[in-house]
Amino acid sequence: MTIEDIRVILGGKYFVGEEWKDKEVHTACGSDMMSDVLAFMKDQSVLLTGLCNLQVIRTCEMMDIICIVFVRGKIPDEAMIEMAKEKDIAILTSGHRMFSACGLLYENGLRGGPDYR
Amino acid sequence: MSSENTIVMTYEVPADDFTRAGEASSSVKSKLKKMGVNPETVRKVSIAMYEGEINMVIHAFGGKIDVIITPEEIKMVLMDQGPGIENIELAMQAGYSTAPDNIRSLGFGAGMGLPNMKKYTDELIVESVIGVGTTVTMKVMISE
Repeated sequence: MTIEDIRVILGGKYFVGEEWKDKEVHTACGSDMMSDVLAFMKDQSVLLTGLCNLQVIRTCEMMDIICIVFVRGKIPDEAMIEMAKEKDIAILTSGHRMFSACGLLYENGLRGGPDYR
Repeated sequence: MSSENTIVMTYEVPADDFTRAGEASSSVKSKLKKMGVNPETVRKVSIAMYEGEINMVIHAFGGKIDVIITPEEIKMVLMDQGPGIENIELAMQAGYSTAPDNIRSLGFGAGMGLPNMKKYTDELIVESVIGVGTTVTMKVMISE
């Protein structure tokens, strides 16, 4: 699935990274707790979150996450947009709630990582 | 190990500035990438150091981090003069946290910091004295 596929499935909008829309996404993680996200290490992932602050971008930078979807229509601020551009992380926003957004991506074939060990 | 093959970097972590938390880890990540260290090792170091850096901001009024890089390993030493950890064994348990609610609303304080640091490193040593401070030493071996 590509970043653009995610945008279409979630009826989302780009804030950063429309130029990276053809990048492949292999796995997804949905959480508002950044330490839970940091326990999940997979290549070319998307993060779905309702948390909207600078540490979300930092967390994704550390994890090499390539795309963030802010659910419930959350809007990133300028500092977040600038940092995401600098770190090559695409940002989408979707009106869906977390459960529905994750369900739609799962239904379309995207999977999470292995269980936490 | 000869000292000419050792790189030492030192960072100050400011107190109570949550927006700047992670700057040191970000800088280390970008330097390791430029040095050509393999991506998985870079990610392990970045995540472990970032968790430690966040802990220093949340619990310990900031502190100092030394990163020592040799061809074999990356060692991170995080030193603070915070309140200290009362029960290290308990703090190592996944889900145990003493972080206040306002930190949880920022996405941290889930009690996964130290477990994650252990998960991503080859060695983790936590030394703490109540009222004096905490030193966390982590090592990640550089794999080919």
